[in-house]
Amino acid sequence: MSERHAVRAEGLAKSYGDKHALDGFDLTVREGTVHGLLGPNGAGKTTAVRILSTLIGLDGGRAEVAGLDVARQAREVRARIGLTGQYAAVDEVLTGRQNLEMFGRLFHLGGRRARARAVELLEQFDLTDAADRGVGKYSGGMRRRLDLAASMILAPAVLFLDEPTTGLDPRSRGEVWASVRDLVASGTTVLLTTQYLEEADKLASRITVIDRGRAIADDTPDGLKDLVGGDRIEVVVADRAEIPGVVKTVARVCEGEPEVENEALRVHAPVTDRVSALTEVARTLQDEGVAVEDIGLRRPSLDDVFLRLTGHRTSAEPVRHAEKEAMAA
Amino acid sequence: MSALDVESATGPATAPPEHGRLFWLLADCGNIVRRGLTHYWRQPVNIAWQLGFPILSVLLYGYVFGSAMTVPGGGDYKDFLMPGMFAMTMAFGFINTATVVVYDSTKGVVDRFRSMPMSSSAVVAGRGVTDLVVACAELAIMMLTAVAMGWRPDGGWGFLAAFGLLLWLRFALIWIGVWLGLLVPNPEAAGGLFAVAFPLTMISSIFVAPQLMPEWLGWVAAWNPISSTAAAVRDLFGTPVGGGDSWVEQHALLMAGVWPVVLTAVFLPLAVRRFQRLSR
Ligand SMILES: Nc1ncnc2c1ncn2[C@@H]1O[C@H](COP(=O)(O)OP(=O)(O)O)[C@@H](O)[C@H]1O
Ligand SMILES: [Mg+2]
Repeated sequence: MSERHAVRAEGLAKSYGDKHALDGFDLTVREGTVHGLLGPNGAGKTTAVRILSTLIGLDGGRAEVAGLDVARQAREVRARIGLTGQYAAVDEVLTGRQNLEMFGRLFHLGGRRARARAVELLEQFDLTDAADRGVGKYSGGMRRRLDLAASMILAPAVLFLDEPTTGLDPRSRGEVWASVRDLVASGTTVLLTTQYLEEADKLASRITVIDRGRAIADDTPDGLKDLVGGDRIEVVVADRAEIPGVVKTVARVCEGEPEVENEALRVHAPVTDRVSALTEVARTLQDEGVAVEDIGLRRPSLDDVFLRLTGHRTSAEPVRHAEKEAMAA
Repeated sequence: MSALDVESATGPATAPPEHGRLFWLLADCGNIVRRGLTHYWRQPVNIAWQLGFPILSVLLYGYVFGSAMTVPGGGDYKDFLMPGMFAMTMAFGFINTATVVVYDSTKGVVDRFRSMPMSSSAVVAGRGVTDLVVACAELAIMMLTAVAMGWRPDGGWGFLAAFGLLLWLRFALIWIGVWLGLLVPNPEAAGGLFAVAFPLTMISSIFVAPQLMPEWLGWVAAWNPISSTAAAVRDLFGTPVGGGDSWVEQHALLMAGVWPVVLTAVFLPLAVRRFQRLSR
């Protein structure tokens, strides 16, 4: 075996009643990389992470983490993983330092080493100033960082991050991203789930796209972009009534089928002959007197990838809050 | 290269030395207890919240309504009331257990524990030990309040036995607390448990002797496990006032021992099953 795998899952299946949360899910994560698991709400990301981190059993298939079987060697797996779930799982009453010391002792480090490790991690995650404040007073970003620090106490071989930046403001999100990059630099393999295409693109060297409990693509961010084709021309109009006219123009000039985002008043289509297509569309629209808000070329985003693979946009999937709440219970 | 191989003086910690399972069960349990007690240390007002109602009741019934309260067969109402208040304090404790459990399980703390190589029984055992330690502190505060108000129990073994019986009731209620804590969907809902606990606790012999109630209600009150504990500790404190004639009241000491066994036998398996369901 030339390449070592931190995670290998084959045909994972998990059902709740007649709902298939995972339905033959495959995943391979190379050691020492950040692997993105990208999918909309309800796709099965959390279920996959919970199975791989031994929190729940599986109904079918098999999975290895750090070379150990999650079902038969759960305890050994637990000594080699870190988990940061969808909720910052830290004690709100304790201080940041007390949290890390407690988890350190529960990782069986002994009091003295747990204290020393807490000091190191507080430093590493830029929490030294807030170390002796109650976590209840932390910001969302600080809490997340503390959560990450707690997952790092034993320097896990594999770290699972389930939507680590959901609900964070852009600044805190940037802080978490920086922490994740540092972790990977120190040799940890990271499996990161996200609904943010930008996040997967920024952090991951490889991305598995998951939809309805199945992996529907597995590639590098660039590879996925190639899948969609090259650049796209994009026109944003001021008035919804203009959209049909724009579609007609774009369709005539470009070779691909134009796509319409009605709410965003946006029409876009793939182009090969970039500049001439842009000029042609711009001139035609001007001649027709269409009020154009914005026109330009853009590189394909992962959002386009998703649309291509599944036929629906990631954001089109309604966020099912009720389900999230039920799962938290 | 695996991250586990990375090791330096200041670097990440390595896996711990080998010890037996029992060693780690006790060590983990100790750490969970330490966490629970640190909560009280950092938020001492929590104890005040838990004791607020019992202490208010002691003051209200002891001073305000006290003269209007009678004990069947004569005797000082204080001698009737105080043991009842101790039993009530223990009974309300399960809400405390449930609140912490629901909080930990919905906020992901339990998931974190379960994803760690620690003993998972220690999570529950540690909770139980913490609750018993806190119960001791609560009882001590309640008893000092009672003494300040003129309550004079017998000392000696009877006193210790009474203390033990009260803790025995609290022990049984831990499992109801854990079970409910894993059952209710969110911390807000746990607040609603008080509304359930209140009547269940009140329909007992803690304030009023069952003989003074309508017949059917008196029967329910007499069979309430809290009544057995209250009546048994009244005896053990050397102030056996307000006892009734029914079989269950005549055998209060026996029932104060048996009821917690029954409660534990029912609710411990339910709690364990609920805990195992987390892995489904
Ligand atoms: N404990 C559960 N009980 C019932 N349904 C569940 C449970 N956990 C997950 N599901 C369902 O499985 C599907 C996948 O959920 P999840 O893995 O949480 O998706 P994601 O994390 O990608 O949003 C969803 O439709 C969800 O409703
Ligand atoms: Mg999820």
